[in-house]
Amino acid sequence: MRRVGQYAALVAYVAFLAFPLLWLLSTALKTPQEMALTEPTWIPREPTLANFGDAFGEQDLIGAALRSLVVALFASVITVLISLPAAYAMARHRGLVNKLAIGWVLVSQVFPFILIIIPLFMILRDLDLINTLPGLVVVHVTFTLPFALWMLQGYVRAVPRELEEAAAVDGASRLRSIASVVAPLLAPGVVATLLFAFISSWNEFMFALVVLQNPDVMTLPLTLVRFTGPEGVARLGPLAAASLMATIPSLIFFAIIQRRLKSGLMAGAVKG
Amino acid sequence: MTATVTRPAPPRGPRARRRGISRQTREMWVLMLPALVPVLLFSVGPLLYGIGLAFTDARNTRVHQTEFVGLENFSRLLTDAEFWSSFQIGAIWAVSVTVLQFLAALGLALLLNEKLRFSGLARVLSVVPWAMPPVVIGLMWKLVYHPDAGLLNDLLGTHVNWLADFSLALPAIIVVGIWAGMPQTTVVLLAGLQNIPKELYEAGEMDGAGTWRRFWNITLPQLRPVIVAITSLDFVWNINQFGLVYVLTQGGPGGRTRLPMLFAYEEAFRYRMAGYASMLGLAMAIVVLAVLGLYLWRQMREAK
Repeated sequence: MRRVGQYAALVAYVAFLAFPLLWLLSTALKTPQEMALTEPTWIPREPTLANFGDAFGEQDLIGAALRSLVVALFASVITVLISLPAAYAMARHRGLVNKLAIGWVLVSQVFPFILIIIPLFMILRDLDLINTLPGLVVVHVTFTLPFALWMLQGYVRAVPRELEEAAAVDGASRLRSIASVVAPLLAPGVVATLLFAFISSWNEFMFALVVLQNPDVMTLPLTLVRFTGPEGVARLGPLAAASLMATIPSLIFFAIIQRRLKSGLMAGAVKG
Repeated sequence: MTATVTRPAPPRGPRARRRGISRQTREMWVLMLPALVPVLLFSVGPLLYGIGLAFTDARNTRVHQTEFVGLENFSRLLTDAEFWSSFQIGAIWAVSVTVLQFLAALGLALLLNEKLRFSGLARVLSVVPWAMPPVVIGLMWKLVYHPDAGLLNDLLGTHVNWLADFSLALPAIIVVGIWAGMPQTTVVLLAGLQNIPKELYEAGEMDGAGTWRRFWNITLPQLRPVIVAITSLDFVWNINQFGLVYVLTQGGPGGRTRLPMLFAYEEAFRYRMAGYASMLGLAMAIVVLAVLGLYLWRQMREAK
């Protein structure tokens, strides 16, 4: 009897999660005629891929996707490059700076974006970076930095100090021991952080809305919102198709992260 | 910095050791520098400046002719009916999304922990909303709530314009908030559950404790730190929510879903009231910190 209740709850959850997703898929595959029916159909009678083509025609989707890609690539690589040494310092030398850094990571999560975006907007304007992709990269780097620091210092902490010390005893210089012992063990963590930063930037909407106001430079999330128009009277098929396409990179990256996180690399390293 | 001294140091003379420490400190600063500069320049700096702006009459983002006005923005905030309405909406939104999503996620995490059939599928599905761009989540739910071609009206056989209805719009976006946030909460709680030592349950069973007692006396207390952390984070994220609701309703109908951050965004970038919008942000930050502080303080006291 208890099992029945449990399965009912599980089914309810799966349905709650899956129905909107299936509806998105179904809408993306419908013809305009079928969309106009008073009784909506679940499974498209004549599934069509035309909406995907139309989506590209109605807005500059390819351009927007490319811009999102460029911004996300630059933002994630820069974020990891500058937070990696800092994360190493945070994890290995505990002290005042470490406490301040952790404090900042926490504070940056609490403060409303409006407090920071108005001055940031002014700074970017003075630097002539409004409506430019480098401007958005700068914003995204500062936006992903706290969490990247947090993630990376956790990964560094998981690399046992003894390994580094052992390398030092063997006569390796500090840099050498970092490069040959710490770096390989850190690689999965760096990849995970990189992917996290990439997805954060790829998905980000709020800052992009403020920094990019010219339709010609808009990233994918902004362009998607343009599909709905001011009154939300959108052509639903292309809108659904474009939404699905925008999700694909995130799904791929999350699938990779999941595997990466599961690889129990640390356990073997200490024993070996 | 003293912590570095307590490490089992290799045998060296006192002078050498002192020099070693200062070298380490220097090294640490060099390593911090690449991250420190952008953080100070584009994060800490603007934040402090934003706090300063809250006390000026800056009327747009060109602030060269602004004046310090003290608490004028604050008193204006207190008498602004639109602010209070958006504050109230924000409180209802953040509390209901956080609490409901937590309860649902806790139930679900307990289920998934039981290793039922299909729980693998549920876990995989759990990741999807987490990976989706918030804008896409908003657009997807617009399709679900669509008055003509929507899934919900089809299922219920109704013809309601959910997101344009004065009394239904807020509950409708709360459901979306739960959909978007629940998976992450579930995953965190599930990880917490899996860290509870099995021996505790075995001991409980031997003492003749039933399922309910074991949940109440073992699971909940053991899970407490995780619960406190995830509910406070969820609360902060929800109160600062912007993108999802911007896409769904833009704050409408008639301001019924205008969360504080949407209100602040309009003030700053539509009406160009930079000073007033900053004060709004500052006030929200203080409220959030106060609520959070109180909650964490109570939780810590009860845990003792």
